[in-house]
Amino acid sequence: MEVHARIPAALRDVSGGRSTVTLVLSDSATVAELLDAVATSHPALERRIRDERGALRVHVNLFVGEENIRDLAGAGTELTDGAEVSILAAVSGG
Amino acid sequence: MVETLVLVGTTKGLFSLRSSNRRRDFELHGPALAGEEVDATCIDGRGPTHVLAGSMSMHWGPVIRRSDDGGRSWTEEDEVSIAFPDDTDAAVARIWQLAAGDASQPDVIYAGVEPAALFRSDDGGRSFSLVRGLWDHPHRTQWDPGGGGLCLHTVLVHPTDPARLLVAISAGGVYLTDDAGETWRPSNAGIVAGFLPDAPIPEFGQCVHKVARDAGDPERLYLQHHDGIYRSDEGGTSWVPMQSIGGVDFGFPVVAHPSLPGSAYVLPLEGAEYRCTPGGRCTVWRTTDAGGSWSPLTDGLPQVNAHLTVLRDGFTTDGDEPAGLYFGTRSGEVYGSADAGDSWQLLAAHLPPVLSVRAAPIT
Repeated sequence: MEVHARIPAALRDVSGGRSTVTLVLSDSATVAELLDAVATSHPALERRIRDERGALRVHVNLFVGEENIRDLAGAGTELTDGAEVSILAAVSGG
Repeated sequence: MVETLVLVGTTKGLFSLRSSNRRRDFELHGPALAGEEVDATCIDGRGPTHVLAGSMSMHWGPVIRRSDDGGRSWTEEDEVSIAFPDDTDAAVARIWQLAAGDASQPDVIYAGVEPAALFRSDDGGRSFSLVRGLWDHPHRTQWDPGGGGLCLHTVLVHPTDPARLLVAISAGGVYLTDDAGETWRPSNAGIVAGFLPDAPIPEFGQCVHKVARDAGDPERLYLQHHDGIYRSDEGGTSWVPMQSIGGVDFGFPVVAHPSLPGSAYVLPLEGAEYRCTPGGRCTVWRTTDAGGSWSPLTDGLPQVNAHLTVLRDGFTTDGDEPAGLYFGTRSGEVYGSADAGDSWQLLAAHLPPVLSVRAAPIT
């Protein structure tokens, strides 16, 4: 299946300038597997989203459609064909 | 043409000051890396000059980037450049220090990070490996974070033996290795931990803020501790208090003169409870007798209502002759001196809070 990762402007220097990266994943793949695929295709992009332990960075939010994965099953959230995963900076900072 | 480059890392990006007329005038550029906290830069002139920057985005994490055009443009390695190995269950939170290795090892770069650890690069900063000897030291789990976090913020390479390193950790203290990082020993004898009950001198755990090496004697070191200033004449094996600056011995940076033996600079703050220049006067203090006495340097520095804070890496020298000195404040000013501190001028103002300053002549 194909899943579309939507890239914020702040990360387009590590996505080849692309606003969407489409990844081919196995059926029922999870967000974690999506990020594993990003690590292969765009390693610097993946590092912005997860640290080297594989933990989602604290101030990064991933939405599947309109749902924050923290309100779903986290990195274990299953994806469906055609899903859009938005990578967003949390409303934090100073 | 020789240009003087001053890199000013702030909480919101990296600025640069450039002078092409022997430091009479500087032009401000930036920000690069906008929005990122730039704690560490390194101007590496051992070969063709290149610059490294270690930054941290609150959202997107830490990054090391490289510039081959004096900081005008930056690139990041596609493959991960710095990361803890899987078995450590640790992640790099912040890059506190980037330090060039010895001239005989032109591709060696050291990185000090949070959580406190030392990394070494053998390819000019493109990739780093954890220095296991320090990470596996039995003291590590007993180090406590200072206010800035549990950071390894100082790396000094011995100028005649690159296998000898000194690192400083807040708050772990000073550690030394004589075998390029295979084994380490704490080296804090004489440094009083006034923030502990009864002010002991523990084997480790001191809140060392910064260490600098004397220009003439490689075994002589100057140390700014949380609440005192110290000197070692034996490579850091033991420390003795330097002459107090009127009892105002709290501060973050210490800078050695780049060529004059026995000469160093500190920038004291009022104390741990009020970390600003004392009395509203911004004063750099200079010793020319290795801490036996200190002289105030105020020409060109604000002496009224100047409540400034300068962090541990916010003060530096450009290594030129005569020595250029530069410091940046948490209120966004950058001051510079082209005459070893005798006089100062305001080079920039209204910047974001300054975290780090590094300078060098570049071609």
